[in-house]
Amino acid sequence: MFKEVIRSKWFGPSVVIFLILFVLPSFIPRFYTYILALIYVTSLLAMSLNLVVGHGGMFQFHHAVFYGVGAYTVALMLKKTSLPMWTGFVAGPIVAAFTGLIIGWLCVRLTRLYFGMLQISLGSLIWAIVLRWYSFTGGDDGIPGIPVPPFLSSQNNSYYFILIILVICLIIMYLILRSPFGNTLQAIRDNPQRCEAVGINVKRHQLIAIVIATFFAGVAGVLFVVLERSVFTDLLFWVLSLEVFIMCLLGGWFTFIGPVLGAAIIVALRTFVGIFTEYWTLILGVVLILLIFFLPEGVMGYVQELFKPRTREATEGGHR
Amino acid sequence: MLQVESVDKSFEDFMAVNGATLTVGKGEIVAVIGPNGAGKTTLFNLITGALKRDRGRIVFKGEDIGGLPPYEICKKGISRSYQIVNIFPRLTVFENVQVAVLSYQRRSLNLFRPAQNIAVEETRRILESVGLLVKERSTAGSLSHGDQKRLEIAIALGNEPELLILDEPTAGMSPEETQATMELIKRLASMRGLTILFCEHDMDIVFSIAQSIMVMRHGQTIIQGSPEEVRSNKEVQEAYLGGE
Repeated sequence: MFKEVIRSKWFGPSVVIFLILFVLPSFIPRFYTYILALIYVTSLLAMSLNLVVGHGGMFQFHHAVFYGVGAYTVALMLKKTSLPMWTGFVAGPIVAAFTGLIIGWLCVRLTRLYFGMLQISLGSLIWAIVLRWYSFTGGDDGIPGIPVPPFLSSQNNSYYFILIILVICLIIMYLILRSPFGNTLQAIRDNPQRCEAVGINVKRHQLIAIVIATFFAGVAGVLFVVLERSVFTDLLFWVLSLEVFIMCLLGGWFTFIGPVLGAAIIVALRTFVGIFTEYWTLILGVVLILLIFFLPEGVMGYVQELFKPRTREATEGGHR
Repeated sequence: MLQVESVDKSFEDFMAVNGATLTVGKGEIVAVIGPNGAGKTTLFNLITGALKRDRGRIVFKGEDIGGLPPYEICKKGISRSYQIVNIFPRLTVFENVQVAVLSYQRRSLNLFRPAQNIAVEETRRILESVGLLVKERSTAGSLSHGDQKRLEIAIALGNEPELLILDEPTAGMSPEETQATMELIKRLASMRGLTILFCEHDMDIVFSIAQSIMVMRHGQTIIQGSPEEVRSNKEVQEAYLGGE
């Protein structure tokens, strides 16, 4: 099955980019290493959302909840239990996926916008619980000073760890999207009614996609803890969900790698705009408006569109 | 093979289907005709589970399938095509049909094998039979209307149905395309032993290929019989053939 990855035309360039990113921390200041790592974590979150939004056609408006649940799970397990540390790392994604299963099970009964509205409500409920349950979650103080395994203690090591996990997750997502499951999911996005008519249990399929996506969101949450060693309730707040949604749209939600690009742009913008102004959401709003008017298919979508006319002519020329 | 027994379906106050009755024998080509709004498409939606009947029985191979969800009905061996093109516009022609084949083979939930190597033979064979193999790599949304209608039928064949339901398969086609499509339907019926239920506005087509014709008006069945019986029926002549 990995032949598929190696044969991809993107394999060569991807390996080169990976190697560059891998050696980069030796040459750049600590701050930039941190920003890059933050981009990786956010990329994984955006990629996981795009599984359901771009490839599954479901309006998962409140995806950050699962990121937060993953992060809080590992934080609480590392801080409050004496279980081996790796169990926390494994539990994060699993608890996130389980939360995804419950919320998804309720949401797939509805379609389109109603799906999104219910999803926001249920997600906000979890946010409210985490915010109010001081004795357990620390409320709006969050949980600072989370111990991480010794091998992740240096910043560079956690950078490598995050990068490697990101790459593994991207490969798995790539394989999933090219599997019969992934193809069927995209068919459901295009035309759920027709899918039912060819014998596909649409709701079950959508639910599995949600569970997979929320699992990866949980992985991103764990990586966030590796990077920051603290968690706070903003991780489950709907504003973050909106940002991640915009990352997918900005990068190109019908493309595979688009959300990574979107995450890089948004995180970089937020970091560097944040130096000059505290009105970051204002800039985000402007980005969104420009996006809707000029790049409805996102940056990667636009790039692919540039190359498309040629390939289409080529295929049609070959047929007639 | 299929018996529809006095089935009703109403939307609000409007009785779209009102006591319709239909019998389809194995291997037959059966046509449903009737003026616009007679309830033909609603009847097909009831048979395939897209809508739920209010009353009556829909029996397929001895089992009442009324009330089952569409994907269950499809698995029992009923496939359909749509009057208005209903395909996967962003996927390629090949993928459009493959989705149905994978579903039939119960491989839709396979997560880790590349889909491009699965069910290739079966998918190509179906594309070949409708004459779309040369365009397998085109994006479905970029095809001509006639090709999209043929793809529509190809998707329905992906499930290896025993009963194929075609809702106006030649709607919007040029005369040549219509001719080719009717040839295709006849060929499918004879080669694959398919049972076909279709509705169509072009009476020449209906009377040339259907072995049995059911006439609907105001959601009711007026008559079902051989083309000769239907042609000579007074009520049909008044209501439909000569009346309008």
